[in-house]
Amino acid sequence: MSLMAEPSATGRFGEFGGRFVPETLVPACQELEAAFIEAWADPEFRAELHHVLTTYAGRPSIVTECKNLSEQLGIRLFLKREDLNHTGSHKINNVIGQVLLAKRMGKKRIVAETGAGQHGVASATAAALMGMECKVYMGAVDVERQALNVFRMKLLGSEVEAVHSGSRTLKDAVNEAMRDWVATVETTHYCLGSVMGPHPYPWMVREFHRVIGQEARAQSIELYGDVPDVAVACVGGGSNAIGLFSGFVDDRTRLVGVEPAGGAAVGRAQPGVVHGMRSYLMQDEYGQVQEAHSISAGLDYPGVGPEHSYLASIGRAEYPSVTDAEVIEAFQLMASSEGIIPALECAHALAWIVRAAPEMQGQTVLMNLSGRGDKDVAQMMDVLGR
Amino acid sequence: METQFREKRAAGRKLLVPYITGGLAGWQDAVRAAAAAGADAIEIGIPFSDPVMDGPIIQQASQQALEQGATPVSILHDARSLDVSIPLAVMTYYNTVHHAGHERFAAQLAAAGIVAAIVPDLPLEESGPWCEAADAAGIETVMLAAPTAPDARLPLVVARARGFVYSVGLLGVTGERDTLAHTATALARRLKAITDVPVLVGVGVSNAAQAHEAVQVADGVVMGASVVRRLLEGGADAVGEFVGDVRHAIEH
Ligand SMILES: Cc1ncc(COP(=O)(O)O)c(C=O)c1O
Repeated sequence: MSLMAEPSATGRFGEFGGRFVPETLVPACQELEAAFIEAWADPEFRAELHHVLTTYAGRPSIVTECKNLSEQLGIRLFLKREDLNHTGSHKINNVIGQVLLAKRMGKKRIVAETGAGQHGVASATAAALMGMECKVYMGAVDVERQALNVFRMKLLGSEVEAVHSGSRTLKDAVNEAMRDWVATVETTHYCLGSVMGPHPYPWMVREFHRVIGQEARAQSIELYGDVPDVAVACVGGGSNAIGLFSGFVDDRTRLVGVEPAGGAAVGRAQPGVVHGMRSYLMQDEYGQVQEAHSISAGLDYPGVGPEHSYLASIGRAEYPSVTDAEVIEAFQLMASSEGIIPALECAHALAWIVRAAPEMQGQTVLMNLSGRGDKDVAQMMDVLGR
Repeated sequence: METQFREKRAAGRKLLVPYITGGLAGWQDAVRAAAAAGADAIEIGIPFSDPVMDGPIIQQASQQALEQGATPVSILHDARSLDVSIPLAVMTYYNTVHHAGHERFAAQLAAAGIVAAIVPDLPLEESGPWCEAADAAGIETVMLAAPTAPDARLPLVVARARGFVYSVGLLGVTGERDTLAHTATALARRLKAITDVPVLVGVGVSNAAQAHEAVQVADGVVMGASVVRRLLEGGADAVGEFVGDVRHAIEH
């Protein structure tokens, strides 16, 4: 059986996961679970999803070999180009799946949280396409540093609400989206943006991103006749990483999820419960959730999806962290060496590859380029002082 | 707490449980004032960084208490010296419990003279390990019932409820509303039909008139945001005055 099979009936991956939500939301989670199971087994739903992914979102995404960086680093570096999807990141895979499902369930409205704004933009896009009302919650700090995406969401017809509570970043946007959902659950679907939250989200979102790993495995075999030695992705909630890992988890491939140093939930390995799930969580000595700090809004999250905690706990995947300074270097390196401006999130993956390259000489390394960096250019102009 | 509540109900009294955020300036005096003004129990909030069932007022109170250095340990320590004669319950989010450990948290509550716990993000399906530890320590776990529950679910929830059943008054988070939602009495009625555990309506019961309306069906009310706002704006005296008004309204 695959290591990434279905979770247990209570939504557990080992001892992680579960459904820790207010009683008001329990029936909605149960209905969503039943609807997902039914839809996922329905060839018609699969065909509809495939149709939208291939004729609208631009799938399959290509794999690019980085000749220049490979030479510099002494490895063979390949990129899975999720940045080339419509809306500019992997987030669209999950959103199209969830919005199709929400429509099938008769919901009229979706709410979403967003950090970097990529999930918010993807949600606003799918809502526009499928005629749904959409409201996106975004931490006030992120509204500031990802202004371009805020404007995109509004253009797409969504309402964007800046969240001023707590750390005013992704964690607080999730809180506010959940509060909205508690009040509107009868008509609204919560379109969660990563492999986190209460069961069935971590599992369902993984299944919607499995396409990344499936394509990447076939493309690897076609390009170099083998699975990669190493598969690397950045980890915020962990959706792009789980999508990539799903293609190689039962192979010999080394799986590496890269966290920001200021948001290293897996790195600290302390279990906690927030946002509906039991997983590794940054918290103080009394269990108060700590604020994450990262240059990248999409990774500025103190928790992580439960399946990553599980993969870490059994030693199947490893989760190093990189500093903001390393990320800034990597961001520029990819732009100047390959002509690709990466999102700051996936620049984390490259930062680790640069650091670890001396120990990986001659190996094939497949990195998930989860998004493009246009949204980060204004912020980097400030950081780099130009 | 449940025994006392049943006795009071049998004597014709409607039950009033104010919620007060622990660790907020003046919170202990507010508890005493509420007790003196006719509360039947107090729900002490142990503030959590990410209170997803709470609206702006209790969020603000929680954040303020945390900034002033409140911790579960300091609040439980201060609770020991409250010296009120009515039962004390705590309301906190599950990570506070999980982080301390089930047995240890239950023992800490018992040592502080707390008799009941409300954990709003710990639904029935996940409540087993905590309830076991709480039962063993003599802590009553109040279960929440929500308007979204299908008929088949409510009996399961009330079967596990100790102390009272918390009948969630509306679809939404804590906070004051202009009117009592129609769901408040509708759910209380559904619950009253299937259980003799006391049924208290909480979330969205905002003033004396709404409390009066709710107890036409329910055995009592829990009042949070309206009480905490008065503590924030007017201190313990304002809390006592408000609780007195509500007490008067639900008896008449
Ligand atoms: C491009 C990109 N990559 C990664 C992430 C992090 O999310 P996840 O860890 O779920 O892939 C984000 C989130 O905003 C993102 O925009």
